[in-house]
Formats: sequence, C-alpha cells, structure tokens
Amino acid sequence: MTITEQKLKRTETLEEATIRFAGDSGDGMQLTGGQFTNATAIVGNDLSTLPDFPAEIRAPAGSLAGVSAFQIHFSSKEIHTPGDALDVLVAMNPAALKTNLRDLKPGGMLIVNTNAFTETNLKKAGYDKSPIDEVLSKRYQVFSVEISKLTQLALEGMNLSSKLIDRSKNLFALGLMYWLYTRPMEATVEWLKKKFSDKPEILEANLKVLKAGYHYGETTETFISSYEIKHATIKPGKYKNITGNEATVLGLIAASQLSGLPIFLGSYPITPASDILHELSKYKNLGIKTFQAEDEIAAIGSALGASFAGAIGVTTSSGPGLCLKSEFINLAMKTELPLIICDIQRAGPSTGLPTKTEQSDLLQLMFGRNGDSPIPILAASTPSDCFDTMIEAVRIALKYMTPVFFMSDGYLANGAEPWKIPQVSELPKIKVNFRTEKEGFFSYLRDKETLARPWAIPGTPGLEHTITGIETEETTGKICYDPQNHDSMCKMRVHRIENIKEDIPEIEVIYGESKGDLLILGWGSTLGVITAATESLLEKGYKVANAHLKYLNPFPRNLGSLLKNYKSVLIPELNLGQLKLLVRAKYLVDAQGFNIVNGKPLMISSVIDAAEKLLKEVKS
Amino acid sequence: MAIELPKYTKVDFESENDIRWCPGCGDYAILSAIQAVMPTLGVPKEKIVFVSGIGCSSRFPHYMSCYGFHTIHGRPLTVATGVKSTNPDLSVWVVTGDGDGLSIGGNHFIHAMRRNQDLKVLLFNNRIYGLTKGQYSPTSELGKKTKSTPMGSIDNPVNPISLAIAAGATFVARTVDKNVKHMTEVFKKAAAHRGMAFIEILQNCVVFNDAAFENYTGKDVKDDHSVYLEDSKPLIFGKNHDHAIKLSGFHPEIISNTNGSSKDALLHQETAEDRALGYVLGQMGIENSEFPVAFGVFRRVEEPTYQDRLYEQEQIAKQKKVQTLEQVLNSGDTWVVS
Repeated sequence: MTITEQKLKRTETLEEATIRFAGDSGDGMQLTGGQFTNATAIVGNDLSTLPDFPAEIRAPAGSLAGVSAFQIHFSSKEIHTPGDALDVLVAMNPAALKTNLRDLKPGGMLIVNTNAFTETNLKKAGYDKSPIDEVLSKRYQVFSVEISKLTQLALEGMNLSSKLIDRSKNLFALGLMYWLYTRPMEATVEWLKKKFSDKPEILEANLKVLKAGYHYGETTETFISSYEIKHATIKPGKYKNITGNEATVLGLIAASQLSGLPIFLGSYPITPASDILHELSKYKNLGIKTFQAEDEIAAIGSALGASFAGAIGVTTSSGPGLCLKSEFINLAMKTELPLIICDIQRAGPSTGLPTKTEQSDLLQLMFGRNGDSPIPILAASTPSDCFDTMIEAVRIALKYMTPVFFMSDGYLANGAEPWKIPQVSELPKIKVNFRTEKEGFFSYLRDKETLARPWAIPGTPGLEHTITGIETEETTGKICYDPQNHDSMCKMRVHRIENIKEDIPEIEVIYGESKGDLLILGWGSTLGVITAATESLLEKGYKVANAHLKYLNPFPRNLGSLLKNYKSVLIPELNLGQLKLLVRAKYLVDAQGFNIVNGKPLMISSVIDAAEKLLKEVKS
Repeated sequence: MAIELPKYTKVDFESENDIRWCPGCGDYAILSAIQAVMPTLGVPKEKIVFVSGIGCSSRFPHYMSCYGFHTIHGRPLTVATGVKSTNPDLSVWVVTGDGDGLSIGGNHFIHAMRRNQDLKVLLFNNRIYGLTKGQYSPTSELGKKTKSTPMGSIDNPVNPISLAIAAGATFVARTVDKNVKHMTEVFKKAAAHRGMAFIEILQNCVVFNDAAFENYTGKDVKDDHSVYLEDSKPLIFGKNHDHAIKLSGFHPEIISNTNGSSKDALLHQETAEDRALGYVLGQMGIENSEFPVAFGVFRRVEEPTYQDRLYEQEQIAKQKKVQTLEQVLNSGDTWVVS
C-alpha cells in the first residue's frame, strides 16, 4: 500500500458503539478503559462505562478468574446504559476471550492478541486448541494482532526489562482503538507525561507503544476502515467524567460546605465502597475528617459519636459491613441523631461476589434491626446522581434528625458518565438548627412541623443531657419503662419518618403516558436500562410507561395512585423481588417482578422480553 | 480574656435521676468520687461528656449532670473517639466494665489504647456479669463457678492492666472502690494526663460476686497483700513496712525491709519509656497470690495523642491548599460543551 492509498482508508460514521477491553488483571485493562473514556468525553460523545474486575487482586496469570474487563458505550445520541452487546471485543489472552465472547454481537469485531494464545494460556482458559479458527471467523470479524510482539518491536533498542515491555502492551491496544474510533491521543499523552515526569525512559517507551498501536491501524491492511461517532447534542456547560463513588464524595463535600458542618467519616475498607474513604481522605484541607476504624462497628460508632458532637457523621460500607452495623444504626434511630449510612451494594448473600453488582440490600436496610425501626432510604440511579442524592440525604438527616441510608451499588460506584458540573449557587441550601436556648429545653421536645428533637451538642451551656438506647419518655428524654409511653414512642418514630413524604417530590413518569397497560417501576441503578427498554417498547407501540424510585422510605406520596393507573406493573430488580414485596404489601397491587442476580447490570433486551410477556398476559 | 469558670461543687454534677444500682454496690462510691473530682478539673460542665456501653456501670452517665451518651454493648470507646475527634475541647470520659470493655468490646479496647485516643477510661472490674445476673466475665478467675460455668470456668482471665500497657495506653492505673481517697487521687491524675488514661477500678458486686477482692483489700489483710505505687519511690509494703519488691531480671521478688534497707527495693518510675516495668507490676497479685496487688499509676508517659495528630494533619492540609467548593467540583479533567 502506498502512502496515498493509506490516506484513502475510509472513515465510516456510526451512531454509537459498545466496546470492551478484556485481559488479565495485570494487563491494565481498567487503566486502558479509563483513558479511552477520557478521550471519548473530549470528542463530545455521550457515554457510559462498566468496569468488571475480579475479586482477587492478582489471580493466577492467564486464569479465567483473573480476567478484568472494561466496557464503554458511546454515542452521538443520549444513552442510558453501558450497552447490552458488544461491537468490539479486545481480548488480550484466551481466558479473556472465553469469558467475554458470549457478549459480542454476531458479526462483531474480535481483536485478539495472538501472542498470548500459547499452549499454557489456552490450557488455563480450558481450550484444547486455539479457538481462533474458521468457525469463529464465520461468526465474527476476527483480527489476529501480534500485540505483544509488535510492542516488543516498537521498543527495540531501548534498554528495558522484558516485564516492563510486556506491561506496556495495553497501550498498543489503546492506540489501535484510538485509531479505529478516531479518538484524539493528546489527553493520554499528557496523562503519561504527568505520570512519568520523573521516569523519562518509561515515558518514552509508553508513548512509542501508544503511537505504534495507532499507526498499526492506520498503515496495515488489517483494518479496512475506521469509525467516527459524532459528538452528541449535550446541554451546554462544563463537564467531567465521574464515577458513582467520586460523585458520592463530591456530594458529601458539597453537603458539608452548604451546611457549614464538618464531615466525619468512620469507615472500614470493603469493596466496592473503599474508594469513598480513599477519595474523601484527600480533603483534610476542607476540615473533613476520615477515620479508618478497626472494624465496621467502630466505624459507625465513631461516626455516631461525631454526629452527637455536631458533625455530619458518615459511614460507608457494603452489605456485609451493614450487617455488622445494625445495632448502631438502631441506636442512631433511637437517639434520633443525623447520620449518613452509605451502602454501596455488592452481590450477596454473605461474602457473595465482592466485585459484582446487585441491589439486594433493600430489605436489610428497611427491616434489618430489632424492634420497629424506621429509617429513610434514598437510592442513586446513575453515577452522577450519587451527587444529588447525597446532598438530599444530608438535608433530610439534618432537618429531621434521623439516620439516612444512601444506597448505591458496584455498578454505579465504578461506572462513569459525563457530569455537567453544577454551579454552586444552584445547589440547595442546607439549614442546621443547633439548639442553644436554655429556656424550655428538653432533649425530646419535638419541632411541630418536622417532629425532630433538638440537636443540642456537647459544649452548649445549660443543655446538658444524656441520650440512650433505652426507651425514653416523650419530651423529657428520660429513661422510661411505662408501657403506654413505649407504645406512643414507637408509633411516633414511624409517624415522623412517614411524615417526610410531604417534603419530597412526587414520583413522575419518565417515558410514556400517565395511564396505560403497563408501568415499569424501578429503583437505583437500573434506571438507564429500564428507560432504554421503555423507549423501545413505546416505539413498538405498546402502552407502557416507566417511573423510578429515588425514595424507598418513605415512598413518594403519589406512588399508590400512580400504580393504579396501569393494568399491570413490572418491577425489574437485581434481586429476587425486594421492592416488589414492599410495593405489593403497601399498595395491594399485583406487581410482577423481573429478577436476575448474575452480578451484572440488567440487559435492555431482557427487560423488553419480560415486559412483552406481561403485556401479552394483560391482553389475554 | 479568660472566661471565669463557675465555682462548682459536687452537687453540681449530681443528676436528678433515681439511681438504680443495688444497695451496697461499689458503683456508688465511684460515682461519688467522680462527682467530687469534677469541680477540680477546671473544665466547664458543658464541656464534659460521659460515654458508656451496656452493663451496670454503663448507667453512669444518667447519674451525672454533664452531657452523656449511653450507647450499646462494648462500643463506648468508638463513640467517644468520634466525639473527641469532632470537638477536641471536650473532656471525654468513658465508663465501661469488664464485660463491656474487655469481652464484647475487646477489639475497640486494644485499638483505642494503641491510638492514644485522648480519653479517660474508667473500667469497673467486678469480675462478673451483673446486669445479666451472674455469668463469668473475662476477668473471672479460672475455675469460677457461675450460672454459665457450673463446673467452674475453663478460661484464663485477662489482666486489664497488662493488656492496656501492651496495647500502648500512655496512662495506666488501678484503684479500688473501697479506697475513696486513692480513687480520687488517681482520677485527678488521669484528668491531668493528655492521651489515653486507662483506670481499672476494682469494684465489688454485692449480689453476684461479693468480696471478690477481699484477699487484698480486706481490712486485716490489705497491708500485707497490696502495694501502693508512688512515682520515684521504692515499692514497700506490709503492716510495718517490712517488705519490699525487688526486681530480678523481669521477675519481681519479695525482700525483707525490716531494717529499712530499701536500697535494693525497686524504685517505681511511672514515666519509664520501657513498658516492661508497668507490665511486670500489673501482673503481681491478682493471679499469683504470693505477691501483693499493686495499686496506683503503672505508666504515665507523654506522647502525641490521636487528636493532636489528626488536627496537625488538618492544619498542614489547610496551609497547603485552600479550596472553595467551586474549585473542588471543577477539579480534574474537564471539557466545555458550547
């Protein structure tokens, strides 16, 4: 091919693409995906990402358990999910191929690093012989690229260890994908320069490999055309990519600044919540205190102590940690102190699948305590929604003097999307009411409107009092064993949380009409999938609508009437029917579930199938 | 301008709540001693916080008139950590027991000690579970017969003093409910200490473990079976001051002091950097009855507290980087869509 011919390579314009990088957990797939995400954001595409990594830090190299993957869906239109099926799969070794091939669309592009398809690696992946054969080539467009060897060649003459050379092969794959989808390399080049500013040799090597990958796409005859995805029509403003955990941290910082109260985070490392602890601990300059406690119990205990002393106490964890915190959560409820309890859910039960997503802690948070113990529950629905949901959780906690559950999950925590950075002036103000007035003070004297007790913090003269988990007398807050008082206090605790429904927005239909054959009701991280499925169903002409719950306790005040506007209700969940149970119990509606717990987000297609099946039943 | 403190008396720290401990319980004497010490601290009442767990002793905050948090079983140290870290101006006192502090709360005990949390910890040790009506505790002696150990307990007991020293507490003391004068002195010293001040108070449970400490606190035997530690002074004990403790390597020895030849006697050093001395003294008496039980301050060393370090880091961070919320939100790789 001559140079002129090279330039004549076609560039096709596509509306959207879903690609996945898959390799060994030591292959740097998360980093590669992160860089591709940044470049895609710069192009101006709408995007959504899904990292998928193993629980083991370094499972044996080449093993199926050690496969780490990063998926990104990008488009010139608004999108809601990281995508169901893949247009391109980059498989860095046989194990990555084996575990990811089933998600590749028929006719999709399969790019494999043939150098990694050695006898040992094939065996580790459970292949007798190389699967890259005629059969595979008939089903997919297979591109066998000697990624490892080409990386070595690019670095020939440089005095680098073979380990180091091998470790930079992900940048070859990244460069190749940059060419294939016409993404700019500048951001990655800048990032490398910053990262290796004191290691010029490694920087040079990395840049060489990145460019080698790009040029490989451009110059070889392997690829006939590259693709372009025009920028999406996005609201004007300043953007950045944000993961759910990052947005959670920013939400906490914002809530601290908006309320003027310091944050105290008591936490114990647990996947997938640890990044919140890591990230928040960088903001000591804003008076944020982070305490890595000796265990989950000490984590929440210290946070509750901080709340008692006048900070916004926060604890972050995942399902197994929440189990350990239960007794303290109940004490926070009983002593009516503001406390933010973050549950970044993962697949349970027990240790479960630590790095896989699920939304199966709802009933635990709703009921997992002794006695009648009502606590508000809020769930974020997208990575950036973690920001707004957190601010709202803090607002409710401070206004109503109650612990509040903030729910996210592994999918939101690690998934990223572009976030339009809000103006500080647009953010809600958060009012704090410390009691200082001595006259007429009682520790359980309730505000007439909010039914909250006063927050009288140590250090305030004349308001000395003791709080306790033992039942206390209404108003005075003194220990009280009177049966009548206990009955009315239990009812008051339920009533005052239920009362919050007057202060939260009504639930609204997202797509579809306000009446119809089917309402698809969801909560949490399934928003994107359910919304995309509803769009498709509407295009097919069905009378469907979808609505999504951010407030799981109390429910929005109009939820009951909304449900009754539809002939049937479908509740898709990544659990075995937890919201369904609550909705059926509370509203006596014959809601049906669509439930799957395979550690992955829902598939749009499977929600559509479930909805069509239910719609058929409604008709007959 | 310094704000003048109100002139408190003991009564100012008494609450109007009815006290529900059993008549004759050692807790009454401890409560009274603490209430008497409070006016001497030079701390305004509203800045004093008592945090407790669950157990007989943990009712304590209800009987004080300061701020109080009666928490859950075994966890008061965790709550106190959050209180003190949020507002280091507060004087935070933790009331716990041998079950609360050393059994269910054992993990927190170790970590609060090693972190040198700036807290005063009063551990009421009655060597029994009182509130649950008489099961053996982690400090009960081997062979203890209780409701849950009808043939005698088969657990070796834990020594709170040794554990606290091993874990790195910077102030460690033992006192006894019977000796109000000594208790008061120890409480004052603990209050004056910056950092983790741990006090084991031998406390008699009249109902479930009466006279548990009689062998070394009884009127007729206490002089011969206990030794009171005083900083820089020799360890001399006995009715007629006729015995002393000598240290032979890591082992204590009882020597005669009949002619006042105390030059061989061990000189107590509260501030010894090495933890070994306090550890050895803490081991005496309770489980090996040939030695007297030591009372007083075993260890008292100055080290930066957890809160000192916490606020030091915060100050450094604040000096290094001033950030507005707007700057935080806009940090990182951003792009503009127009």
